Amino acid sequence: MKAQAQLEFPLFKGEAMTQLPEDLFIPPEALEIYLEDFSGPMDVLLYLIQKKDIDILDLDLSEITGQYIQYIDLMDALKIELAADYLVMAATLTQIKSRMLIPQSEEEEEEQDPRSELIRRLQEYQRFKSASESISNLPRVDRDFFIASAALPTFREQSPKIEISASELAEIFQEASTRPKFSAHHEIRFEELSTQDRIALILSILSRQNVIQFFQTYQKQEGNQGVVVSLLASLDLAKDGHVELIQNEDSNQLYIKSTNRGFH
Amino acid sequence: MNTSENLTNIVESILFGAGRPMRLSEIRSLLGTQNIDAELPKIKIAINALEERYLSSALEIKEVASGFRLQIKNEYGDYLYPLWNDNSNRLSKALMETVSIIAYKQPVTRGDIEDVRGVSVSSQMIRSLLDREWIKTAGYRDAPGRPALYETTKIFLNDLNLKTLNDLPPLPESLPVEDALDHLEAG
Repeated sequence: MKAQAQLEFPLFKGEAMTQLPEDLFIPPEALEIYLEDFSGPMDVLLYLIQKKDIDILDLDLSEITGQYIQYIDLMDALKIELAADYLVMAATLTQIKSRMLIPQSEEEEEEQDPRSELIRRLQEYQRFKSASESISNLPRVDRDFFIASAALPTFREQSPKIEISASELAEIFQEASTRPKFSAHHEIRFEELSTQDRIALILSILSRQNVIQFFQTYQKQEGNQGVVVSLLASLDLAKDGHVELIQNEDSNQLYIKSTNRGFH
Repeated sequence: MNTSENLTNIVESILFGAGRPMRLSEIRSLLGTQNIDAELPKIKIAINALEERYLSSALEIKEVASGFRLQIKNEYGDYLYPLWNDNSNRLSKALMETVSIIAYKQPVTRGDIEDVRGVSVSSQMIRSLLDREWIKTAGYRDAPGRPALYETTKIFLNDLNLKTLNDLPPLPESLPVEDALDHLEAG
């Protein structure tokens, strides 16, 4: 329960880290763990201030900058946008330090202490961080308390998101509006040459002549269709035993011979 | 069964069946569909009667931002948590900071949130809060880019068992810079 209980200290190798190593603000091995436990560079800075590892009034910037750079190296490709935020923080700290090191003229001394802006921002952040921790600890539905309900469950319709550009839409409309052409009327024509007629023709020739050559059964102007119909008719007759199909080995001439088992 | 006890049971069944907060006026119009004309105070009395009835049970009636809701008392949540085993309620610190900033400073832009957090606020984070219906877009700031202004919703308050934004934990005061550092170090 209380799954959101705030971690007081970051875990490092399974143990709570109550103290940071003196020589490192952030031990390199723990950086990735820090990444999950801290919500950003302000959070890290606040943590360091609270641990008194850095005195914001006397920042040892070479070290903290070194830490930040290491941090960024580790995050490198992984979370580049987050690295950018840490880089900004490192730059801010460096800027503060450099302004403090430069001897200031009287005129400039009246300027705001560069640290106060950082302190103001840190304080602002801390206010909301603390409030957000209080809100996290408030009882929350489905975590700390549950609704007593006999309501029918609502099923979310899993309709896939349709992402389409205007030009794609136009294209699809164009395509759809021409689609009816694919289902245009198709007139079925009767065969000009029927196999049945050709069978009758072959039989009538065979009634006069016992053997005929295949080419006698069709006419040149009938084209391929004529040849096909004659062949089908011949095969049909041969199948039923009315004719024999004869081809000599030395010739490619096909003969049709009546078996005298005519229809009559 | 006398009529007031009858009304109490009807209100109980409505709250149980609704499974969400119901306003007195919503309950009234539901009663109206069955030709029962009940004044709002009468419905409130029925709710009070239910509260009394539930004292020794696991149920309670809670008034949240969107009305009255029947729920299981906090102390029994532990028994139900493993039943649902729902980890979708594990919200990151970053997400809680973001919604908190919106809650206290609303309406705010993404830039306002980034100023406080010192870190860029991702679109996914805003998306996740919008999907949860904890925040909504409340217009656009009249500034370059017309950034969207976000504010929290009643559902955000409902889900935290709250009635109004005033019920949120108080935001710590802002101290003068001189005092602020000691405070920061104190944590």
